[in-house]
Order: sequence, then structure tokens, then C-alpha cells
Amino acid sequence: MNAVKTRLEFRDVAVGKALRARLQHAMERAGREISVMHVCGSHEQAMARYGMRASFPRDLRVQMGPGCPVCVTDAPEIDACIALASQGVRVLTYGDMLRVPGRAMSLDDARAAGARVEVVYGANQVAQIARESKEPVLFFATGFETTAVATAALLLDNPSDNLVVLSAHKWVPAAMEVVAQTPESRIEGYLAAGHAATITGYGLFEPFVERYRIPVVIGGFEPLDILSALVLLTEQVVDGKHEVVNAFPRCVTREGNKKALAAMHAVFEMGDGDWRGIAHVPSGNLVLRKEFERWDARSRFGVELAAAPEVEERAAASECRCGGIMSGLAEPSDCQHFGKACRPDAPIGACMVSTEGACRIWFEHGIEGRR
Amino acid sequence: MCLGIPGKIVSIDDMVGVVDFWGVRREVALHIVDEPVVVGDYVLVHVGFAIRRIPPEEIDNTLAFFEELSAEDLEGVVPRPRTEGA
Repeated sequence: MNAVKTRLEFRDVAVGKALRARLQHAMERAGREISVMHVCGSHEQAMARYGMRASFPRDLRVQMGPGCPVCVTDAPEIDACIALASQGVRVLTYGDMLRVPGRAMSLDDARAAGARVEVVYGANQVAQIARESKEPVLFFATGFETTAVATAALLLDNPSDNLVVLSAHKWVPAAMEVVAQTPESRIEGYLAAGHAATITGYGLFEPFVERYRIPVVIGGFEPLDILSALVLLTEQVVDGKHEVVNAFPRCVTREGNKKALAAMHAVFEMGDGDWRGIAHVPSGNLVLRKEFERWDARSRFGVELAAAPEVEERAAASECRCGGIMSGLAEPSDCQHFGKACRPDAPIGACMVSTEGACRIWFEHGIEGRR
Repeated sequence: MCLGIPGKIVSIDDMVGVVDFWGVRREVALHIVDEPVVVGDYVLVHVGFAIRRIPPEEIDNTLAFFEELSAEDLEGVVPRPRTEGA
């Protein structure tokens, strides 16, 4: 156990201090405020857990973008699952999904009212549960490309016919495009998620970097991974460079995991769709291909996912800042509701919903915003 | 759900490996791992599927990379690691 632990933890304090000083040096050279964005709940959690935000240079804004697939899952998808679970269909999903509010209630509320909702830890459990059951089993499949490949592998392994999948999988590079095209965005560089890039490869970001002339650095999730990625990103911003730099080479290659990517593309195609808090994201949803129709909840149960404008309207009417937070225009502490009316047990907006949301992470770690 | 966790393979039976995650053992599917794995390999695991064999030399390379990045001379601005004590 200790061997595994010490081999895979990258937390040397002296190295961290040196990297921090280098980051400070870059910011002093810049002599102005710089905003960069990361797009992964795991990055925000790591920064919170290790208290990293308190040590960032004052003028460096590290904002969490649309990096929480749970938060951006749209209410109609939740509602469809609740409707099916309430009719007696056995619903399996990841634990983070339970608290996400639909229009009237969450899956957790539905479960308390007697609906059949069960938590799985991995897509590999789903096939087994379906195999051992004779009744229809609905897998509510959520997450970015890293979890989409697991769903793809599950479907390519010839699962039993009683398995039905409702895909709410999302493709995070599509949301980066939306942020990059936001006219008022102040984001000058992206810290890309190392685990998603393990699948996609860092080559994926090369056209993005050229198109928007903005640097992208791939970062891992240990404190030194994040610090070194921020150093390489901030230095590029200060020096006016825009390149893709891989600061997580122990997991990320230029081509990515070809086997996993092939599985994902065999099972899913890109579709347009709504992301909660961000609005319409072109090519941001991973939709099951026609060949996998027999396992697709949309055809098997005739699930129709109508838009839920009232959810966005309610959030807008309450002046919830989630849209701005996920677009890099605001921080959780900029929102008047943060930690007051909007709390984990009664979230107003998407970012307070999941343990991977920026507001939720700041709330739970007592982060109050920049000093 | 999006947590990627590295661990070490302790046994393999066809497409299922048992992986040690810092003391906790779980069955992990090996269908989409990027290259062949053997017992003793480190893998990155997401929602029950191994998605990357972590080459042991890359762990050393990572440490060397941090060392290099933190030790680069910036006109004395950056303290060198291991000289000021952790």
C-alpha cells in the first residue's frame, strides 16, 4: 500500500514552494491581472483540498469553467429518469446524479418516494447487474469523455437485452469552444483536464490553440501537477505564446488512448444539446448511434427530451451566477446567493448541485473568494 | 464520478483485473486500457475501467520534470528544491 502511495503522490513541499515562486515571478513580470480557466471538477477539488488557492499569486485568477458534467446535466434528462423509475424501472446511475434537481424533484427525492434508483461506482458493474436481472435495467450514463468511453466499452461487450442506456454524456472540448467564443471572456489560457486528455490526446487541442491563439496546458491532479501546469500556462500568457503543452506526460500522449477513442466513436456521435447553466452547446452531447438503438432509452422507452426553459428562467430570475461562473466571468463568491439561499441541500444553480461544481466545492471547503 | 484514480494491478483474469488503490482493492475492466498490462503495472482507472497503463519510467520522468521546472535559474528568484528544507 505504501509503495503505491509514495510512487504516485507528487507533493514535495520544497518543489511546490519553488514552483510557486516561479509562478509569482511570472506574475510580477506581467504586472497585471491574468485569468485562466480549468475545466475539471477534480482540478477544483484538488486545489481546495490542498489549500492551493490561498497560495496563488494575487493577480492570477484561476477560474473553474464548465468542468462538471453532473452540474450541466439538463433537467429534462433527470425528469425522464425519474418518470421511468417511478413507473418501476430499475435505474442505475453514479452517486453524484442523485441530488441534481429536475423540474419538480431529484432522483434522491424520487427514491425516497419509493422509486427504484440505485448507485453504481463503475460502468463495469452495470453489465453484471443487467445480466443477473430479468427486468429492464436503465443505466443513466453521465460524464465527460472519460466516463463515456466506459459506457462505450460496456455496449461493445454485447450486454444483455434488458439493459437500456440513457446517455447524458458530454464532450468538454465543445464547451471550451463556447467559452472561447464568449465576447466578454477574459480567459487567456486553459488548464485542460489530464484524465480527459488521457483519452483524447493533447493533439486534440492543437487546432483550438491555433483558432483562438490561446495557450492550453494539460495538467494532472496532484498538487505539483497543477502548480507546474499553471507555471507553464501563465508563462505562455506573459510571453504572448500560444502552444499546447503536456504537463501530464505520465498519462497523456499526443494521440491519446486510441482503443478507447475508437470505442467511443463507434458507439456515440456528436449531437447538439442544452447544458444546464450554459445554454446550447453545438456538438456537445454524445448521443448513441443508430446501431445501438436496441439499448437506447430514447427509442426503447420513447424518451423525449423537451427543453426546460423554465429551469433556466428560474435561475435567471433569481440572478444566479452559474452561467457567468462556468463562462469564466464570475467566481462563486461574486454571487449574492452563494452560501446563503443557495446551499448544497437547496441548490439554486448548477454549480452548487454536485460535489464537482465550483460553488459546492468552495462552500464545502470554506473558500470565500480572493483575499 | 469523474475521479481518475491510479492503482497497481495485483491479479488478472481475462478482461478483469484486481487493482490495489492505496489499500482498497477493486475489480477493474481491462477492455479499453491503451496497452497490454501485467500484474504489477500501475494503471489509471475511471468508473471501473482502466484507461491508461502508467509506464514506471514516466513516474521517474515526472519527478525529473518537476525538479527541472523548479530548479531552473530565474536570477535567484526561485529557491532550489531540497535546499531550504521541506
